[in-house]
Amino acid sequence: MAVATATPSAQAAAAGTPAPVRETRSDRIVMICNYTALGLFTLAVLYPLVYVLSASFSDPKNVVSGKVWLWPVGLSTDAYKAIFDYDSIVSGFSNSVVYAIGGALLATALTLLAAYPLSRKGLPGKGVIMALFVFTMMFSGGLIPTYLVVDRLGLMNSRWAIILPGALAVWNMIITRTFFQATIPEELVEAAKVDGCADFGFFWRIVLPLSKPIIAVNLLFYAVAQWNSWFSALIYLTNEHLFPLQLVLRQILIQNNFDPSQVRDTAELIRMTELQQQLKFSLIVIATIPPLLIYPFVQKHFVKGAMVGSLKG
Amino acid sequence: MAIDTLVRRTPTQGAARPAKKKLGLGERLRRHWQLYAMLALPLIWLAIFAYWPMYGAIIAFKDYNVVDGIFGSRWVGFKHFERFVESYQFGRLLKNTLVLYTYELLATFWPPILLALGLNMARRRWYRRSVQLITYAPHFISTVVVVGLIVVLVDPNTGVLNQFLGHFGIGPLDVLNDPSYFRHLYVWSGAWQTMGFSAIIYLAALTSVSPELHEAAIVDGASRLRRIWHIDLPAIRPVAVILLILNIGSIMSGGFEKVLLLQNTLNLQTSEVIDTYVYKLGFASQVPQFSYAAAIGLFRSLIGLVLLVLANTIARRFAKSSLW
Repeated sequence: MAVATATPSAQAAAAGTPAPVRETRSDRIVMICNYTALGLFTLAVLYPLVYVLSASFSDPKNVVSGKVWLWPVGLSTDAYKAIFDYDSIVSGFSNSVVYAIGGALLATALTLLAAYPLSRKGLPGKGVIMALFVFTMMFSGGLIPTYLVVDRLGLMNSRWAIILPGALAVWNMIITRTFFQATIPEELVEAAKVDGCADFGFFWRIVLPLSKPIIAVNLLFYAVAQWNSWFSALIYLTNEHLFPLQLVLRQILIQNNFDPSQVRDTAELIRMTELQQQLKFSLIVIATIPPLLIYPFVQKHFVKGAMVGSLKG
Repeated sequence: MAIDTLVRRTPTQGAARPAKKKLGLGERLRRHWQLYAMLALPLIWLAIFAYWPMYGAIIAFKDYNVVDGIFGSRWVGFKHFERFVESYQFGRLLKNTLVLYTYELLATFWPPILLALGLNMARRRWYRRSVQLITYAPHFISTVVVVGLIVVLVDPNTGVLNQFLGHFGIGPLDVLNDPSYFRHLYVWSGAWQTMGFSAIIYLAALTSVSPELHEAAIVDGASRLRRIWHIDLPAIRPVAVILLILNIGSIMSGGFEKVLLLQNTLNLQTSEVIDTYVYKLGFASQVPQFSYAAAIGLFRSLIGLVLLVLANTIARRFAKSSLW
């Protein structure tokens, strides 16, 4: 590995802080404080997550009586089994998958289509179009007028009402545009033109293959946003078969709203009441896993994309 | 994250390019028709889902009814605005909104900066990596789940918070239903969730600092703290100013979903903000009052816009970096 052969000072410089000539006592104290503070920050973020995970795998009795505070006490997976018997959770989960995939594909396509032309130098009217986009970040018609538009378009109670209104985030579009500006040199465009490649062909055959990181970032951002959203479903949907997972979670986790008719038999029902508190823990775990699973795969691209987006251009 | 693209630039950039032969506008439009074709779909989307609602906001000046539609309903001028400003709710709503979001702005602004400075200083790779991996994670957790997490953690009977406090003979505290805790709960859970992810942009700004600056400072005998103060912090400042302006702009629109989720009838005294009130008027009441709700929403959007312009002007004058 290249890192192993590098001198210590070069290694440190790569990390942003060159090794000091000699470390003074006060510097060493600062460093110790720094490591401690970082550790405390991290523990503060981590603790609630670990606790919920442990509680979800513990015996319900031990959770209620406060015996669980870090590790699971009295291993039990009943709470997880109960989840799969709860119909609306299962349907919510599959609906959310549909919304996340469909929403991410549509939104990423729109974002790329807007960002690429706006990244090109010398496009007449570019400034005006850009201003039209940016203005919507600062001012909007508001909740009620947007609702009336969706109603007017006849999208109520359809999957489109969940996917369409939020199908483009101007912020992502700006990041993508900056990425294009930084990675697609104007010379490349001109060379392609000389070779007889028009804009469509150039975009399809050269820009897109060069832009995998930013495409991955967009897909991830939109999919996670869609996976986590619930408010548009709350106002646009009344048909429970279309509800996304988050809306179902809201009913169970926050409104404490269990529907006994969803449970298949009475033995199950009794168990369910016992598991009520427990179910919340396992639900939190289940709902958190999908986005957390995707993100490490895209993180590499993401940090690169965000860096390029923020520093260049 | 594309902060720098939003920052105003001096017009001298690009002047180095040789002046090309000027083409007529018609010729230039024709030459780029494929690019405009690409823009068509996003622009149609923008027109329908961003600008049509802005046009629809005129119902705030009308008595909207479903039969006549937006266009046909009767004009009533500023009636709904006057009604809102004169209502007994007005003072409390405005205060709750401003206090909550200002508190949020102040409390969530500095943790990412501290975290980024700390990470930038830390030299052990595995330590940096693990801190980053863990602190980013909450960003990907949904608002519903975060609120669900709060609900189970602070539960008066079974929550780990009250069991912990119980050891010291405190409580049990009914944190969720007590209006005096609402703001702290809202704001600090937000800081918990956003700290790691917001640090990324500051880290990016810090990695762009030239190592020679640090080396020179070390040769001159500068301590770590001095180098942070004189090298790292100035490097972060432009980004921090821009982010602050953006956050001020969203002060009147951000966080509404979490407020609605954390809200209940017992903590309304501090948790009712303009956005949740608009939601209730429009969707949770027996007779939806669309025009009145739209007027209040418009009022809020305008305050947000004014704050944004104000913040930008101040930043341009004093911090020498601004959004436009």
